[in-house]
Amino acid sequence: MTSTKKSFFAKLMGQVTLKRGVSAILIFLVIWHVGALFDDWFGVDIIGIGLVPPPADVFAAFLEVIPKIGYWQSWVSSFSRVLTGFLVAMLIGIPFGLLLAVNRYFRGLFFPPFEILRPIPPLAWVPASLIFWPTNEMSIAFVTFLGAFFTIVINVLGGARSIDISYLRAAQSMGASQFDLFWKIVLPGTLPSIFTGAAVGMGITWEVVLAAEMISGGGTQGGGGLGFFIWNSYMGGSLEQIVVGMISIGIAGYLSSSAIRKLGYFMMPWRRLF
Amino acid sequence: MAVKQTLKSKPAKKVVPNDAASVTLRNVSKSYGEAWLSDDVLKDVSIEFPAGELTVIVGPSGCGKSTLVNIMAGFETPDSGEVLIDNRPITGPAKDRMVVFQETALIPWQTTYENVVFGPKMRGDKSGQALKDEAEALLVKVGLGEFIHKYPIQLSGGMQRRAELARALINEPTVMIMDEPFRGLDAMSRSLMQEFFLDLFEENKKTNIFVTSEIDEAIFLADNLVVLSNKPTTVQTVMKIKLPRPRDYKMLTTEQAFEYKKEAMELLHDEAMKSFAVLK
Repeated sequence: MTSTKKSFFAKLMGQVTLKRGVSAILIFLVIWHVGALFDDWFGVDIIGIGLVPPPADVFAAFLEVIPKIGYWQSWVSSFSRVLTGFLVAMLIGIPFGLLLAVNRYFRGLFFPPFEILRPIPPLAWVPASLIFWPTNEMSIAFVTFLGAFFTIVINVLGGARSIDISYLRAAQSMGASQFDLFWKIVLPGTLPSIFTGAAVGMGITWEVVLAAEMISGGGTQGGGGLGFFIWNSYMGGSLEQIVVGMISIGIAGYLSSSAIRKLGYFMMPWRRLF
Repeated sequence: MAVKQTLKSKPAKKVVPNDAASVTLRNVSKSYGEAWLSDDVLKDVSIEFPAGELTVIVGPSGCGKSTLVNIMAGFETPDSGEVLIDNRPITGPAKDRMVVFQETALIPWQTTYENVVFGPKMRGDKSGQALKDEAEALLVKVGLGEFIHKYPIQLSGGMQRRAELARALINEPTVMIMDEPFRGLDAMSRSLMQEFFLDLFEENKKTNIFVTSEIDEAIFLADNLVVLSNKPTTVQTVMKIKLPRPRDYKMLTTEQAFEYKKEAMELLHDEAMKSFAVLK
């Protein structure tokens, strides 16, 4: 009885959220439409938005590229670059951050160079990595990796260092070894920060990969990616396609961060209650 | 005798074994910071905690109560002096001294049950069905039978404290160290917890070291009341609280309890005024 009531309530909530989301997007489209056509109607440009193609034209351009295999190849190559850089950043960044957090000597040795490298924007690495890495693909992956790596490490380090000392002390009283403390307290206690770092890092990865694709002209070895798609549309003077590329990136980023949120939801059951 | 026991206690099984050890602090001093700017927290503190008795430590806030707890638990080492448990010096944290912390220290990513079995399971000294039965019996005893698979955040403040008591007791400590365990609870849950805690103590008679800044709580619970001074902390006096056991909240309104309170208040008031003057 109560369970059907609850699921009905949950369904209703879902619908309300959906309605809100859809109406927000519709309102946005209306503003975009009005802004784009303001010039035609009143003879005055709205600075910043006046030259943007109206949503209908962009939609038409979208329909045009959807059947083309090249468009989907761009998706695949951008996604694979993002995932490569992101996964490597997670694989190296999480243990590195944890080591910085738990070992004073390690921190003393590696934190200063890390902090010097951290403020260098990933895009400043592009020229150097194009020279140092044998292929374009590897340089893009490397720059993507850098984008996520520093954010992940800083989050892991901060998260692990802010674990309540009484959890560690309670575990110690109960006979925990260093090994136990690490696996049973430090690692699960850092999990929320790992996911925060992953979500932020994933965002940066998308920013970086597109810029890297533009700069390196990623098309030279096939599969230009969405960044190159935008750049190409710009060179070809297709305003509508530029916007199509931008929206594609928005959707791709949204899909990736939803995936991370979902994963976090499953891995941290105690956080569902907040 | 045996028959009587089985008749009296229906669940028949004693949930918590009663072993108790004495704790002795001998000339313990502790300061923090560099030598040229050191902050003396404890100065020559010597206290005797008799086995199987409930000793309450009261002191003005900001005196070294928590430092004292950390030293007895083995989380920190004193600069000088020694801590003995049954006349053997302590060497660090160990399961013979379980601490119940100020704010909850239940591990948030473990359910109530997982928290309780955490220690024995980790050490491997209890396992399987026996551990499960014991943990469940303990949780039922502290009134959390229906909350076994809830996470700490789903429990009320009072429930969290009871879960923490269960988690401590399953490790069969000989000494329980309670560091202002009921701070932050509302008045009603606080007094319920005090009564619950007393029942538990009177049943198990473990050595209990209970730190608080509430005088009523102190007098209600204590066999011995240790009154500390302001920083650098020293022992001002040790009072024997001779209210009969089992205790009842009404005893706090007796003449005798009032006399204890007056005596402790006067000592504490002077000390509190000193730290107030420092603030100015």
